[in-house]
Amino acid sequence: MTQYLLRRILASIPVLFGILLVTFIIARVIPGDPCRAILGEKATAAVCDRFIREKGLDKPITQQFVIYMGEVLRGDFGNSIRFSLPVTRLLIERLPTTIELSFSALLVSLLVGIPLGVISAVKHNSLIDVLTMLWANMGVSMPVFWLGLMLAYVFSLLLKDTPFWLPPSGRVSAGIPSAPFYKVWDLTMPESGFVPALYEFVGRLNILNALLTSNWELLKDAIKHLILPAVALGTIPMALIARMTRSAMLDVLGQDYIRTARAKGLRQRVVVMKHAFRNALLPLVTIIGLSLGGLLGGAVLTETIFGLSGVGRILYEAITARDYGIVQAFTVVIAVFFVVINLLVDISYSYLDPRIRLE
Amino acid sequence: MTNAENKIATLDVEGISLQSVSLWQITWRRLFRRISAVIGMIVLGILILIALTAQWLAPYDPTIPMMDMNPPEPAKPRQDPCIHAFGCPKDQPQHIAGTDGNVRDQFSRLLYGARLSLMVGFSTVTFAIIIGTVLGAIAGYIGGWLDNIIMRFMDVLLAFPSLLLAIAIVTVLGPGLINALLAIGIVSIPSYARVVRASVLSVREMDYVSASRALGGDMTQILFRRILPNALTPLIVQGTLGIATAILDAAALSFLGLGAQPPTPEWGSMLGAERNQVFTAPHLVFLPGIAIALTVLAFNLLGDGLRDALDPRLAHIS
Amino acid sequence: MYQYQHGKTGSNRELIRVENLVKYFPVRAGLLQRVVNHVRAVDDVSFTIKEGETLGLVGESGCGKTTVGRTMLRLIEPTSGSIIFDDRDISQLKGREMKDIRREMQIIFQDPYASLDPRMPVGDSVMEGLNIHGIGTPQRRFEIMMEVMKWVGLEEYHARRYPHEFSGGQRQRIGIARALALMPKFVICDEPVSALDVSIQSQILNILKEIQSEFHLTYLFIAHNLSVVEHISDRVAVMYLGKVVEMTTRDELYRNPLHPYTKALMSAIPIPNPHLKRERTILTGDIPSPLNPPNGCRFHTRCPFAMDICSQEEPVFHETKLDHWVACWLTD
Repeated sequence: MTQYLLRRILASIPVLFGILLVTFIIARVIPGDPCRAILGEKATAAVCDRFIREKGLDKPITQQFVIYMGEVLRGDFGNSIRFSLPVTRLLIERLPTTIELSFSALLVSLLVGIPLGVISAVKHNSLIDVLTMLWANMGVSMPVFWLGLMLAYVFSLLLKDTPFWLPPSGRVSAGIPSAPFYKVWDLTMPESGFVPALYEFVGRLNILNALLTSNWELLKDAIKHLILPAVALGTIPMALIARMTRSAMLDVLGQDYIRTARAKGLRQRVVVMKHAFRNALLPLVTIIGLSLGGLLGGAVLTETIFGLSGVGRILYEAITARDYGIVQAFTVVIAVFFVVINLLVDISYSYLDPRIRLE
Repeated sequence: MTNAENKIATLDVEGISLQSVSLWQITWRRLFRRISAVIGMIVLGILILIALTAQWLAPYDPTIPMMDMNPPEPAKPRQDPCIHAFGCPKDQPQHIAGTDGNVRDQFSRLLYGARLSLMVGFSTVTFAIIIGTVLGAIAGYIGGWLDNIIMRFMDVLLAFPSLLLAIAIVTVLGPGLINALLAIGIVSIPSYARVVRASVLSVREMDYVSASRALGGDMTQILFRRILPNALTPLIVQGTLGIATAILDAAALSFLGLGAQPPTPEWGSMLGAERNQVFTAPHLVFLPGIAIALTVLAFNLLGDGLRDALDPRLAHIS
Repeated sequence: MYQYQHGKTGSNRELIRVENLVKYFPVRAGLLQRVVNHVRAVDDVSFTIKEGETLGLVGESGCGKTTVGRTMLRLIEPTSGSIIFDDRDISQLKGREMKDIRREMQIIFQDPYASLDPRMPVGDSVMEGLNIHGIGTPQRRFEIMMEVMKWVGLEEYHARRYPHEFSGGQRQRIGIARALALMPKFVICDEPVSALDVSIQSQILNILKEIQSEFHLTYLFIAHNLSVVEHISDRVAVMYLGKVVEMTTRDELYRNPLHPYTKALMSAIPIPNPHLKRERTILTGDIPSPLNPPNGCRFHTRCPFAMDICSQEEPVFHETKLDHWVACWLTD
């Protein structure tokens, strides 16, 4: 089993290298003059020369790549050309937003999708089944950005002045106190380094922070702001998960060992939950892993619509503004994230399916 | 006449229907039994019809603002829909879906958008299938280190969220519809490569392939006549569903301003241009979105129907 | 009329000879997937088949008999050893030469459901060999195909049908027709009836026998069912774990089996006489793995008559009586 894992990890290394290479190439290949794009059209040649020298853009490409690899491995992502801030700082500021959003969307999709899938499978061909599948098909067909806008229209305009009103943008309303937990707890921490960065990161996860500091007002507010984006983003994975759960469950429920379980006299609920569902988990995990890709892509769109400054939107803006620093760094972070997720999915396979363990 | 013939002529030959039924015909019949697939095909048929006849159906040119027309029409930007049959006064020009921010007729733009979306879907998927099949067939049939390299490369492509990678490629190439199509095509290649490779791997060991080799067939003959046709089935399913995804991705890119550029009437860019007006002119956002949703839904239903109809597990029924 | 070209009867010449055939399959494991072991599927097998004769090759599943068949046709490349067909060494032939030789040697497969391409009408499958070798005009090939279909008892209108419209027995007949279309001299029958119902088995076996005598074919008949082999073979070779342990004429083998393994197989054949008491030789233990065959005689772990020498030295395959070859220390 450990051999299997080691082999998988070893296989990921060329992929990671490939990701670095592709990211680097894309960032460098983007046409346009970075100097003029940042400093403006009127920048003189002298100013630009100095700019290029400072940012190290005049060295030969292969050397730049080697330097870049070294920096990445050290965790130094350089500075954003646009903001003149270290990229890591931007990461700390923006990543929590995206993580909160993606996580809530995933939660929504799982909490609604899985039960619906299971019920549809168990009540195969009933009205519930038909309606659920109809709705799931529609869910997969709707563009995320359209759904978000429509939800905003309904909940922010039509339902204004009703208790169901939801805010159409931002993460918190103005005027809500939101002290980060390390200030409230009065924690001492070093000036710089990994620990304060981590604290700040966690502090920016509004919901978590609110729970940690028992700030109920903040909690309510943050959740309210999160509902619309999370539902918009989570609808497509929700539909996919519902469909996949249903088909996996149907497959499993038709098997002989389920008949045996029933013949043994086990109650329906036990049969369904203990035997059928566990075996349906395997394809489900695949879909969840795949959905994360869609979540991040959808995050770009959702963040744009709902005015959230997360990683997705910043990345999109950076790509169009030719901000190499951000593009490289964020893409690497995201891609590495995926490779790790894939690895976790593989590992969970070997946990869920003993046959794979013995390979 | 051989002795064998004589003796065997009296053997029982089981009752077979007089009509030979190919696998395609069986698939067709099974497809039609599913209501959802039929609905999908009907909607698709309507869309194709609209796309083909847009120039006769549309009351206006989709790219010309009202004031640039000859003679110029009095219309305001973001006007509400005005349908004479439903009570809009006759002295106002009829705009079934209103006008957009640049005072163009929204209804005509919606109709022409069908043409664009269908073209986007088919061209991207065709591009991705051709390249993906070549790569997948080589990887599956030849195997070895070539297989490894190709699949690693596919993994790298898949490691990036597809939309972000598409955005990056479009930024490299420059905004525009063609570049957006190229980007989406490139991003879609890995899934088709995988499908073809899996098919090739599973068929490669079958006895009928060994039979072809025993009869003297060489590698290329076997690849094209025995192996690839059996990869056709999952490709068709994947391709139909892929058209749905391609249309969504193209709309997303256009929404962000990276795909179709104004005045091209693409549903996604129409939505994107008016996104800040969702509270004041919701119809400008609602209608293009519904159009996208319906189109994608049709392809999804058709793809699902095809997948079930082509299911090899049920293939032995005759 | 499609006439078989060669109809020489009575000649006793050897058509195909296999010498020291070896096939090992590599097994990969470990972090870098290196080759750690080999499955010794075929380990030094030698035999001869005369023109017009049927050699039956029997053994349990996994003994290597199917691998022998496929290696003889170069569908699998031998690890070492030679295959001599019609006085030519074909073990190393490539390209055009091998393609020409292929017309003379064909194979019928075991699984009727996997041996025909489901997307082609069966007539096209039967014609495939003719097309590949470009025999005659397309019209002529069609006529040949129709005729060959009749040889195996199928009708002309069947040619347009698809494999899924036929039963298992009919598909096997189509497979036979496909093999015959090129008029080969030598046909390997790889368990052609194992997947069929018993009543259909005899039909197919009869077709094979009729065709053999009509066209003077030479067969290698691979099977695990001894009664079937008895019915159709002239000579029989018994395989165990990659090696041939006994080989002789059919009558001699069934009358006087010498190797303990053969005896065990024989005693397992059901006899429709409940009153006849027989001495049953029952084997103990499981078949060893071909990854790591036992030392000495491979059968000694299950042999009821094993002696000390059996676990130390491999017995030599020798002619113990006239045309009766065995590999067993008991016969020395």
